[in-house]
Amino acid sequence: MPAYINGIGMISPQKTVETNGFLTEIMDYDAEYLSCIEPSNYKLYIDPIQSRRMNRLIKMGIASAKLCLEESGCTMPDAIITGTGLGSVEDTEKILGTIHLEQPFLNPTPFMQSTYNTISSQIAIQLKCHNYNSTYVHRTFSFESSLQDALLQIVEGTANDVLAGGIDEMTLNHLAITRRLGHWKTTPVNNLQLLNWNTPGSMAGEGAGYFLFSTKKQPSSYARILDVKCLYKPVNMDEIKHQITRMLAVSGLTVSNIDLLLLGLNGDNRNDLVYSDFANCIFQDAPLAYYKHLCGEYHTASAFALWLTANILKEQKIPELIRVNEKSREPVRHILIYNQYYNVNHSFILVSSV
Amino acid sequence: MPRRIFVTGMGIITGIGNGLSETKDSLFHLRTGISKPRFLKTNLKDEVLVSEVKYSLEESFLLANIPFTEGYSRNALLGIIAAKQAYIDARIKDFPGMRTGLISATTVGGMDRCELYYEDFLSNDSKNIYIDSYDCADSTEKIADILEIKDHITTISTACSSSANSIQLGARLIRNGDLDRVIAGGTETLTKFHLNGFNALKILDKEPCKPFDEHRNGINLGEGAAYLVLESENSIKISGNQVICELTGWGNSCEAFHQTASSPDGIGAYLAMKKALDMSGLKEPDIDYINAHGTGTDNNDVSEGRAIERLFGSEVPPVSSTKPYTGHTTSAAGATEAIISILCLTEHVIWPNLNFSEQMKELHFAPVKELIKNKKINTVMSNSFGFGGNDTSLIFSRVHKT
Repeated sequence: MPAYINGIGMISPQKTVETNGFLTEIMDYDAEYLSCIEPSNYKLYIDPIQSRRMNRLIKMGIASAKLCLEESGCTMPDAIITGTGLGSVEDTEKILGTIHLEQPFLNPTPFMQSTYNTISSQIAIQLKCHNYNSTYVHRTFSFESSLQDALLQIVEGTANDVLAGGIDEMTLNHLAITRRLGHWKTTPVNNLQLLNWNTPGSMAGEGAGYFLFSTKKQPSSYARILDVKCLYKPVNMDEIKHQITRMLAVSGLTVSNIDLLLLGLNGDNRNDLVYSDFANCIFQDAPLAYYKHLCGEYHTASAFALWLTANILKEQKIPELIRVNEKSREPVRHILIYNQYYNVNHSFILVSSV
Repeated sequence: MPRRIFVTGMGIITGIGNGLSETKDSLFHLRTGISKPRFLKTNLKDEVLVSEVKYSLEESFLLANIPFTEGYSRNALLGIIAAKQAYIDARIKDFPGMRTGLISATTVGGMDRCELYYEDFLSNDSKNIYIDSYDCADSTEKIADILEIKDHITTISTACSSSANSIQLGARLIRNGDLDRVIAGGTETLTKFHLNGFNALKILDKEPCKPFDEHRNGINLGEGAAYLVLESENSIKISGNQVICELTGWGNSCEAFHQTASSPDGIGAYLAMKKALDMSGLKEPDIDYINAHGTGTDNNDVSEGRAIERLFGSEVPPVSSTKPYTGHTTSAAGATEAIISILCLTEHVIWPNLNFSEQMKELHFAPVKELIKNKKINTVMSNSFGFGGNDTSLIFSRVHKT
């Protein structure tokens, strides 16, 4: 069952919104973390009286959803599905900051907006959409779970157009807390140098990406999404190889059909070993690329990867600065996105040109 | 002919008991779990009533049969306790070759520890092991590891309909041929975070809640965990498991009205129930009992009540909310109340809507006041309608032996 990507709204640390052209200008940062370049004027997307009461994450979610729908021409999706690893970190922190004193909350708004399903729900309210609505909250499976649900809706025949997205934000507080676990580089680095350090830790990021998946092919179609697979704690590379081979076979493909392997390399030298193994064991001849130097590391970074993939397939252009090796294939017909988190959560998104 | 989905295992722990046996006993004896907070240390202890699982964190380790380990939230432990019960009930370990999924749900995640240790997270390294246990995925992965489930795991958070959505997703994955069986449900433990949050919304009742009563005043929060095991027909042929009932329909709709309120006519609730009914192939008169979401808030009960009347017309089946027993277990409510509804099928009973006295002016029906035993029940509907307008309805049917 084909599922075309007919529209995308992507807010990221790169110029991906209110811009002309595909990564024509690359943002490089010497920073603690990569934070989003947000729309200049949310009034274009949300009534100002409403948006005044919304937190940043909800605004980014609604704006990217609306941009996506506008591009696709779909005004009422049959389903709205969101993946988020942490939801509104900002609002959660507002409450946690004083919870030990347990003073009465004067304002219930941060509590309401800290709930994970608020983004899917607020998008539905904006559209007055009574159709299927859900939210997935499972670390680096969050966006993939929303994709799987979207594809399932299409296969089941219950939906022709599904709006699905991945969204997460970062804050300085959360960065400081997670730094204790060694997730991040210990000093600010330049994002474009992310893979050069050969040290532990990555660089945090954030983003909001919504996609319109449709049974209908149309001029605005970027690409086709073929399959999504999540592997939890695979025992070894053999198991991964077995699962990937099967995943490709279901779509009538083999390893040699993959024209680009887009990897979630994140600059953490412990984490990145898994990708080297993967490429060496299974995809020895494939052109390799990465994306987290552009968007940072966060639970739903694969949404940015999908945005990148869709644009590469549509434009038939691979930005030089994402390449990891010298190999190249033209035309680019099949891209496999591979992300993994501490060798626990492995996920694959298989995408083809239209 | 779409694949049929059968329930072959159940596990539950709430304020009214640990396990099916204790739960049934409390339900039959009209024994509520609602009282002043005893386990949660809160400034609101004299102002709210809650339904707590009557075991401390340390005791929860014993119940889960895990040695005390740092990094476990009470939320994860409740989930493990209930999921294990379901796992054992459906003899999952005996048939390892089948594709098995775990779909869990939570909104608080590991907040019960995180809110105690947040100051430490900010200032020192003493509680680092709890940092990663904060999110929603943590309890799911801990359950998956203990039960050795890997084929498909994920976590849903749609507020009060979360674990009902776990169940419908599990069913859909089986129906699509992706999995043979699924443990589906959710877990939610009480926290100061959400207790104070609900209090700020002014929807907590200082007294025991009175769903569908003209003088209702709001919610008593509860906590707990519950999981169902869903199996395909093929899977049952291999496992030989007894079928408890069949999941015959589900519906997910969105109110799309307001972040914390349902529309006056409950369009989302109506659509969720209607979708479930349409999918089941059954008609309105076939529904023998509705386990309502029935939180006891002004808003939900009128909204849900009107939606029920819109769907069932003048022939509204017996309706009750069992939240006066268990409290509102939020993300665990869908699965908890699915099990309580299924017990109506297995025990031939309709649970009463405790604390009810006066019918709401807006509605033409009143909920069931008394326990009704020896009742022929073939099909039950269980509603869960969440903040954000995430509405889900499930239909379970008796399977007649042919």
